[in-house]
Amino acid sequence: MIRTANGASAFCNRYWLIEKAAVNTKLQIGLLAGAGLSLAGCSANWGWYVVSPLTPKGQSNLQFLLAGLQQTIALSLTAILISVVVGLLVALPGLSERRGLRAFNRIYVELVRAVPILVLILWVYYGLPQVANVSINVFWAGVIALALSDSAFQAEIFRAGIQSIPRGQHEAAKSISLGYLDTMRFVILPQAIRRILPALGNQFVYMLKMSSLVSVIGMQELTRRANELVVTEYRPLEIYTILVLEYLVLILIVSAGVRWLESRLQTDKRG
Amino acid sequence: MDSPGNAIITLDGVGKFFGDFRALNEVTLSVDFGERVVVCGPSGSGKSTLIRCINRLERHDSGRIMVDGVEMTDDPRSIDTIRREVGMVFQQFNLFPHLTVLQNLTLGPLRVRKLSKSESESRAMHYLERVQIPEQAGKYPAQLSGGQQQRVAIARALCMEPRIMLFDEPTSALDPEMIAEVLEVMVQLAESGMTMMCVTHEMGFARRVADQMVFMDRGEIVEKAPPERFFNDPHSERCKRFLQQILAH
Repeated sequence: MIRTANGASAFCNRYWLIEKAAVNTKLQIGLLAGAGLSLAGCSANWGWYVVSPLTPKGQSNLQFLLAGLQQTIALSLTAILISVVVGLLVALPGLSERRGLRAFNRIYVELVRAVPILVLILWVYYGLPQVANVSINVFWAGVIALALSDSAFQAEIFRAGIQSIPRGQHEAAKSISLGYLDTMRFVILPQAIRRILPALGNQFVYMLKMSSLVSVIGMQELTRRANELVVTEYRPLEIYTILVLEYLVLILIVSAGVRWLESRLQTDKRG
Repeated sequence: MDSPGNAIITLDGVGKFFGDFRALNEVTLSVDFGERVVVCGPSGSGKSTLIRCINRLERHDSGRIMVDGVEMTDDPRSIDTIRREVGMVFQQFNLFPHLTVLQNLTLGPLRVRKLSKSESESRAMHYLERVQIPEQAGKYPAQLSGGQQQRVAIARALCMEPRIMLFDEPTSALDPEMIAEVLEVMVQLAESGMTMMCVTHEMGFARRVADQMVFMDRGEIVEKAPPERFFNDPHSERCKRFLQQILAH
C-alpha cells in the first residue's frame, strides 16, 4: 500500500512538470496536459500505478492500450476515405435536374441517416454475412458500417458545398464547352471543397470518436483494449482517463491538420 | 442583310417562359457572318435571355435557333457543337477564382480542344497580349481590377477561338473609369471581323461598331435597324422614349 502511494505521487510530480512546460509552449498541448491533470487531481483515490511508465507492469499495460492506436487510426482513415467518395457520389445525383436521380439521393440520405451507428455496426457484422453469404472480419465490418453511416452526412455536406458555388461558375464552364465531369473536377469541386473543409474536418473528428463503437464487435481498437484492461486490472478511472487522452491527442492532431490545410488552400486563392 | 446564305445565327419565332412570365415572344432575328449586333432595351425586356438562348444557358421553349448551320435541340451533341463555336462574356466576369489567369485561359484549350500544355499556354499568352495584360498571367482574379478581370474573361472566351462572341452587359458591373479599357478591347475585336452580339447600354460603343441595332421590350424585338437610322429616326414610340432616357445624360 505504502509503495503504491509513493509511486502515485512521484507520477503526479512528473505530471506537474510536464504541465508547466506545456502551458508555456503551446495552447493545444497545454489543453491536453491540463485536462489530464485536472482529472488526476493527485488525490489518494487515484491508482496511476496501473499505467505507470516506471514499472514493467504499467509499461506493458500502457503498451497494450496504445497498440489500439494503429487499429483506431486505420479504421477511421479507411472509413472516412470511403465515406467521402461515397458521399460525393451520392451528392451529385442530388443536384441533377432529373427527378429520379434526386429521389435516389433523398432516399439514400434519409434511410442511411436514420440508422444509429451502433445498430448499423451490429447489423453489418452479424446480419450482412447471412444476407450476402460472405464472411466479414471485424475490421471491414467496422469500416463498412462507419463509412456507410457517415456517407449520408458527407453527401449532404457536399451537396451544400456544391450548391454554394454561384451559378455563374457553371455557366462560365458551359460557355467554354467544358463537360460535366471536367466542370466538377476543375471548376466546382476545388471551390466547394475549400468551403466545406471545416465540415469535412468535423466529420473526421466524429469518425474517430464513432470508431470506438466498433469495440462492441470485438475489434481491438483503443476502446476495446481499455475495456479489456479494466476487466483484469479493476482500475476503470485511470484506464478510461488514458483512453480519453488518447482520443484527445488524436483529435487535436486532426484539428491541426485541417487548419493547416485550410490556411494552405486559402493562400492559394489570394496568392 | 437577312440573306439566309450568310446568316451564322438564325432565330425563328423563339419563345421562352420563366414560369408564367413570357421572357421571349416570337423573336426572329438573323445575324450574318462578321456582323456586329447590339441589343438594348429596358431591364427585363429579354435581351439577356435572348443571347443566353444562343449558347443554351437558357433552353428556348418554342421556335428554332440555328447557329452556324446546326439547329439547337435537346440533343447534347448539338448543344456541344454550338457551344464550341460561341464564346461568351458575362456581366459578372465569372472567372474561376481558384485558378490563376493563365489557368483560367488554358482550361478550355487543354480539356476541350485537347491542346498540349505548351500550345495552350502560348495561345493564352497570345490572347492576354491582345487584351493588353500579359503581365497578369500568374495572378489570381481577385488580385485584378474589374476592368482587368473582364479583359481576362474576354481572353478566356477567345482562347477557344470561337466564330461568334456573345457579350451580356460586359461593362455594367464596372466602375466608370474601367469601362473604356473593356470597350477598347471589344472595338478591336469588332474590327478584327468577329461576329458579335452585345447586350449593352454603351451607346457610344454601339454607334462605333454596330452593323445592326436591336431594341427589345417585353420579350419582343420592337425595332431593328442600322445604327444611323436607329439613333436618328426610330420608328416606335417605346424605342424613342428609351433612347431619350438613355442618351439624356
